[in-house]
Amino acid sequence: MTEYIYLIPILPLIGFLINGLALNRLPKSVVSAVACGSIGLSFVLSVILFFELKALEPSSRVIEQVLFPWISVGSFHVNFAFLLDPLSAIMILVVTGVGFLIHVYSVGYMSHDPGYSRYFAYLNLFTFSMLTLVLADNFLLMFVGWEGVGLCSYLLIGFWFEKKSASDAGKKAFIVNRIGDFGFLIGMFIVFWSVGSLNFNQVSSIAPTVFAFGGTLITAACLLLFVGAIGKSAQIPLYVWLPDAMEGPTPVSALIHAATMVTAGVYMIARTNVLFMLAPDALMVVAVIGAATALFAATIGLVQNDIKRVLAYSTVSQLGYMFLACGVASFSAGIFHLMTHAFFKALLFLGAGSVIHAMSNEQDMRKMGGLKKHLPITFMTFLIATLAISGIPGLSGFFSKDEILWKSFSSQSGHPIFWVIGFITAGLTAFYMFRLVYMTFYGQERMDEKTKSQLHESPKSMTIPLMVLALLAVVGGWVGMPHILGATNYFEDWLSPVFSHGEAVNTHALLSSTADSSMEWLLMFASVALVLVAIYLAYNFYLKKTSLSTAMKEKLSGVHKTLLNKYYVDEFYGAVIVRPIIYFSLFLWKIVDVLIIDGLINGSATVYNDISEFLRQGQSGRVRSYATIFTLGVVVLLAFFMTD
Amino acid sequence: MFEVFFPILFLFVLAVVIALIMSGLSVFIGKRTKLGKKDEPYECGVEPVGNTKEPVPVKFYMVAILFILFDIEVIFLFPWAVISDRLGMFGFIEMVVFVVILLVGYFYILKRGALEWD
Amino acid sequence: MIDISTAVIDFGLIAPEISLVAAAFIILIIGYTKRLGKFCALTALLGIFVSFYYTLIQYGNPGSGFSGMVTSDDFGVVFRMIFLVTALLTILIAQNYLSLKRLNKPEFYALICFSTMGMMVMANSTDLVVMFLGLEIMSVPLYVMAGFARRNLASNESGIKYFIMGAFASAFLLMGIAFIFGASGTTDLKRIIADLSYLSEFSHFYFYSGIAMILIGFGFKVGVVPFHSWVPDVYQGAPTPITAFFSVGPKAAGFAVLLRVFSFGFAEVEILEPTFWVLAVVTMTVGNVLALRQNNIKRMLAYSSIAHAGYILIALTAGGIEGVSSAVFYLIAYALFNFGAFTVIIMMESRSGGTTEFSELKGLLKVHPYLTSILALFMFALAGFPPTVGFIGKFYIFSAALKNGFIWLTLIGVMNSFISVYYYLRVIKVSCFEDSDSEFAPMSMTPALMFVLFITILGTLGLGIFPDQILEFSKTALFAFL
Repeated sequence: MTEYIYLIPILPLIGFLINGLALNRLPKSVVSAVACGSIGLSFVLSVILFFELKALEPSSRVIEQVLFPWISVGSFHVNFAFLLDPLSAIMILVVTGVGFLIHVYSVGYMSHDPGYSRYFAYLNLFTFSMLTLVLADNFLLMFVGWEGVGLCSYLLIGFWFEKKSASDAGKKAFIVNRIGDFGFLIGMFIVFWSVGSLNFNQVSSIAPTVFAFGGTLITAACLLLFVGAIGKSAQIPLYVWLPDAMEGPTPVSALIHAATMVTAGVYMIARTNVLFMLAPDALMVVAVIGAATALFAATIGLVQNDIKRVLAYSTVSQLGYMFLACGVASFSAGIFHLMTHAFFKALLFLGAGSVIHAMSNEQDMRKMGGLKKHLPITFMTFLIATLAISGIPGLSGFFSKDEILWKSFSSQSGHPIFWVIGFITAGLTAFYMFRLVYMTFYGQERMDEKTKSQLHESPKSMTIPLMVLALLAVVGGWVGMPHILGATNYFEDWLSPVFSHGEAVNTHALLSSTADSSMEWLLMFASVALVLVAIYLAYNFYLKKTSLSTAMKEKLSGVHKTLLNKYYVDEFYGAVIVRPIIYFSLFLWKIVDVLIIDGLINGSATVYNDISEFLRQGQSGRVRSYATIFTLGVVVLLAFFMTD
Repeated sequence: MFEVFFPILFLFVLAVVIALIMSGLSVFIGKRTKLGKKDEPYECGVEPVGNTKEPVPVKFYMVAILFILFDIEVIFLFPWAVISDRLGMFGFIEMVVFVVILLVGYFYILKRGALEWD
Repeated sequence: MIDISTAVIDFGLIAPEISLVAAAFIILIIGYTKRLGKFCALTALLGIFVSFYYTLIQYGNPGSGFSGMVTSDDFGVVFRMIFLVTALLTILIAQNYLSLKRLNKPEFYALICFSTMGMMVMANSTDLVVMFLGLEIMSVPLYVMAGFARRNLASNESGIKYFIMGAFASAFLLMGIAFIFGASGTTDLKRIIADLSYLSEFSHFYFYSGIAMILIGFGFKVGVVPFHSWVPDVYQGAPTPITAFFSVGPKAAGFAVLLRVFSFGFAEVEILEPTFWVLAVVTMTVGNVLALRQNNIKRMLAYSSIAHAGYILIALTAGGIEGVSSAVFYLIAYALFNFGAFTVIIMMESRSGGTTEFSELKGLLKVHPYLTSILALFMFALAGFPPTVGFIGKFYIFSAALKNGFIWLTLIGVMNSFISVYYYLRVIKVSCFEDSDSEFAPMSMTPALMFVLFITILGTLGLGIFPDQILEFSKTALFAFL
């Protein structure tokens, strides 16, 4: 079956082509059958391939499928090729599996939307791009997928483009991502320049011979690649687009902005782990940024009132965890959390979508409350996901988060401070998640009568995906239980061939300094205890004595306001980055072009709009000033040539 | 030195003399008419004195430009004529090509109506 | 005196040029006759095909003749093919536009043929004087074509401006050639290069100022900053199909000469490297920054074409095998997607009362979803996104620069291409996300326009996914007579 790898991304592409080219001419049932069917088949194929891969010897679990030589010029060879190894196998399972559930969910969620087939076409195109990204066997093809998911994200965030905020958010996401892509591209250039290849396997085997361990060049390359990851995965300082991206339809937020696309940065770092292992300084930066983002975003999440924004900041925070794991050279822990997070965060978003659906598109939690009895299935599944993300023992989030915390404490590249930050963040996470649950599902019903009368549980096409995801959120972590519980960490073993190259390069990175099982037990109990305390606090603040939270809010109004305004980062960027660029462009346009060229005759700034005006007045002087510029250029150039 | 350039000097003097003879002859044997039009620099064409903003038919320029084009290009025939025997068949063919190009141009302006006055 | 009897007279060498001129002559003759007048476009196309055939024959058969005045090499063949395809596409997109604007005159087709022939002469010689001759044969018809819409003030202005500035630049070019001739006693590039070390030592002043002025003269044609100021006005004022022709043909011709003179010829002259470095940076940046705030698509594309010239200058700075082949590849790529973009604009403009303002695009998505995606495709190609050929082209240029150690230049280039995303994206944003306040007038979609769209889409996507063949092709262009 391995010769059919290419079908995995191609199937959604076919779905996209059918739905995209038919343009609303197909009945909705056909559209949804094509969209869900194509990705469903991809998922089935992924499962089959996974088991075929599993049947192989661990050392030979690398299958490269070259479809055709893509670019081949001189020393530059790139194949259009897919790579199936334990890492990409996990990723395609997550992307097609979670993706399939979200497609099914969307059938119910989007059923009344006029852009039904456009929506599914974009969604399929996204799946295709994402699968290309994770299956690519070289940097260039990965970049193609990378840009593709960015484009789809832009289209889907701005899906309801009638809303100005939606199209603005789309633009913001797109432009912020450009900064990240810039880093990725340059990093890729440096890798190619030094290694002479863009193929992941070749880079992994050649890189240790051409780069000096910890050298400047490799550090620069890794940092630039990491800039790409920062942009795509919404880390400090480029996280600003993700909360705004919530303007898109909720299933999109679940698929793109929680489960798959935003994790592409983590995947990329795991994929290039050899490079990062060669650059301990870059790894340190990854860990610091990851830890800082985890804490920072969690604090903002504490006070948001929009249900989707809480989840958005939570996503940023959880992505920070994954980067922290990568930064302490524990890539498998990062990927593990990526997988479990995909389950429970997708579930949270879909649950939120179900709530919003029932609440007639209301997203403000202050107007919810008491939904528990109206939406029983949504409530149950949402609660499971909340328990999972909070790290209640036994659920998936517990295992992955605990592994990250332990690795950030014990790994040679880790530090107790990382553990402390992760530990605090875990408490904050439990707090804001239970705040969300209490405000939404418990307490008084604060919605207006009309909304209340229309409250209803979502249709089956929406609740079944919820239930499946809830199951996954519970059991998903069982494949990666820690050794101290006497279990085998299947997940780590499965991925170990992928990361063995990197470990061979930097053998010191992972040696546990204080690999002491009693210590591990202690830390685990501490974090569980903190989570329980946080839940209790949230219970007190938001359910039992709501006056407490108001009092607290007043007492700490400065802090509260800062948090509510997200530390004023958007404003800061506006003032420090965006405005100067606009001013600079205005300067060039107004001063250089208008004042010097046009200004001689026409000082008006609207000269380009008003062509007739411009023609009437702008006939005589302009060519002269053009010639003046020309002559100045000649003088400078000649002078330069003469001085040589 | 003198022997080399004598023919040129001769040509120069001859040109001056012939010009003088021509204009002198017209002074002596030409019939005189005293009409106002005759005192003006040009008998036809643009009025030399008067309002400069007066529109001038573009056809004047048209004809003048076309004339100059053909005039100057015909001058190329002279150097060819001087050494045509040395250039032989090749030179002849080249010149035929040149003339054909001019002819195409002539045919084009004819068809385009540039030479029609009205 | 040249001894005519020993000079190699091989009309096969200039058969492509002859076919075009013949076609132009036939057009001039039949253009105003009653019965044959409607076959002008057909004649031009025929001439282009014949010319293409003769060009193709020369591929891989290098030759030289007319006392070294004409040189046929693969480098020239590749460029002549670019020019011919450009001319072909221009004629296809122009027909409907010209009849709508009542400009359908036989001269248009003749001028295209003449101008294309001039470009071919430029790309096909190693003699500076012949290059100049070609430049003038190319330029004079361009001046006329810029002012082709005689009743339109903007077009008139465009023609006059282009003419004045063009004459100005030609003066410098000629002066530069004269200086070099004065220093070396020849205008044949091959012989100048043979004496290069002698010249730069003993005739430093004349030789260097000559080089600088030649750079200015040809740099003007491709829109290098600070010799670019004519570009926006001329592009905006000229009739749109002619603007499309401007932005591709003369630009490629100018780069053909720049590559031949500076990347093959004077590659040893060390001062050129920093010069091109600075020119590339300034050209990209000015083009991109000024494009940010334009309200007219043609004007925006004019500034964008300046920026693209800047990217190609990066390849010239890098030099070497990679530099030259990446420049050639980029020119091919740019010709494709730029033409595609102009085709869509021509369709927009064909609506009654249509202009080329951004606001014209409002509501396009609802009425013409396919056309909107096509426009978006070209914009993504211009911005350099995968999987379009725009990405491969930029990638190839940047990796050429990196391979030759120009890290900062690459950084600035990549940064610039990210700036450019903003204004290309605006086209998509307006056409997808903004609604028109008035009824969307129908636009003409003739088979010729659809054909051009088909070709350009095929090229933009096909070469983006399978760039191999053309990359190889542009590498063969490296075989040049120098």
